[in-house]
Amino acid sequence: MNQVKIDFERCKECGYCIHYCPKKVLVKGDKINKKGYFAAEVADPEGCIACGTCARVCPDVCISVYKDVE
Amino acid sequence: MKVVYEAPKINTGVPTTYCGGCGHGIINRLIAEVIDEMELKEKAVLLWPIGCSCVNVNTMDIDQLCCLHGRGPASGTGMKRANPDNLVIVYQGDGDMVSEGMAEIMHAAIRGEKFTVIFVNNAIYGMTGAQMAPTTLLGQNASTAPGGRQVINSGYPVKMAELLAELPGTVYSERVTVNTPANIIKAKKAIKKAFELQMKGEGMTFVEVLSMCPTGWSMSPVKACEWVDTNMTEIFPLGVVKDETEGLKQQEEAAK
Ligand code: SF4
Ligand code: SF4
Ligand code: SF4
Repeated sequence: MNQVKIDFERCKECGYCIHYCPKKVLVKGDKINKKGYFAAEVADPEGCIACGTCARVCPDVCISVYKDVE
Repeated sequence: MKVVYEAPKINTGVPTTYCGGCGHGIINRLIAEVIDEMELKEKAVLLWPIGCSCVNVNTMDIDQLCCLHGRGPASGTGMKRANPDNLVIVYQGDGDMVSEGMAEIMHAAIRGEKFTVIFVNNAIYGMTGAQMAPTTLLGQNASTAPGGRQVINSGYPVKMAELLAELPGTVYSERVTVNTPANIIKAKKAIKKAFELQMKGEGMTFVEVLSMCPTGWSMSPVKACEWVDTNMTEIFPLGVVKDETEGLKQQEEAAK
């Protein structure tokens, strides 16, 4: 399965990844990180097509994306 | 597992101090990605301005210098002339460049200094509290222009990419933005092209990046991305303003 990882403590809740994900995989989480932000979360891991868009719009370099190549 | 995206190698992992959704973060990341791709870590020198960005020297593991207000192009001149093989990146905001350091950038371009300028235009003074900048749009609110900027008091927004393109010392000038995934890809291409031209020893390369300042503009980050399209690009049109590289290629051919 493709993998998208979000660094919980780095996220500043800008919402770009959520807004621009073509598959609506990401959502605003309900947990607050140390900086006081509701960090983005992966809500639908199966839906991820590993396009990398979320990582390319993130201003805080929170996201890494891996494609399943088996 | 194939890596689709991981943080640039020259990033130290230290988080930036920018507000959530700040365009600076994206632009810094693109610069780091391009330095990685071109394998220029040992040759890159990043010259920061005064503004929100300059406190982020710890985020990248390359040589850096924090310049005085607007003086980046003067420091860049020394850096590049002393070490012409280095990749010298002069990073400036609109307050820093267009009001505090207009003389420095203009004279550096007049002299055709061979470094790259990344000009971050967010049409406001971010760091000091949303004061009007020379690039603030007509009618745009700023803490020093309540009710919006007016021509009668403050004149017109300055179009740097066009202004510098007028000078023979500038070989490449393009305006890009980072408000959508597609525009971010184009912005990265422009930055890479500027760096490549610099490494070939061409003249000044100038990339203006329209950038979101959700805090200074008093709007959500996603709204700020829309605002770039609905308000900024009309005054600051996107695209290549000047590209002398085709001409330069022909000269090279002729010299052979
Ligand atoms: S890689 Fe693409 S599909 Fe997967 S979460 Fe990111 S933007 Fe969405
Ligand atoms: S783009 Fe980055 S900082 Fe913004 S919400 Fe997503 S993970 Fe957080
Ligand atoms: S004030 Fe504006 S430019 Fe400065 S960090 Fe915040 S969003 Fe970015």
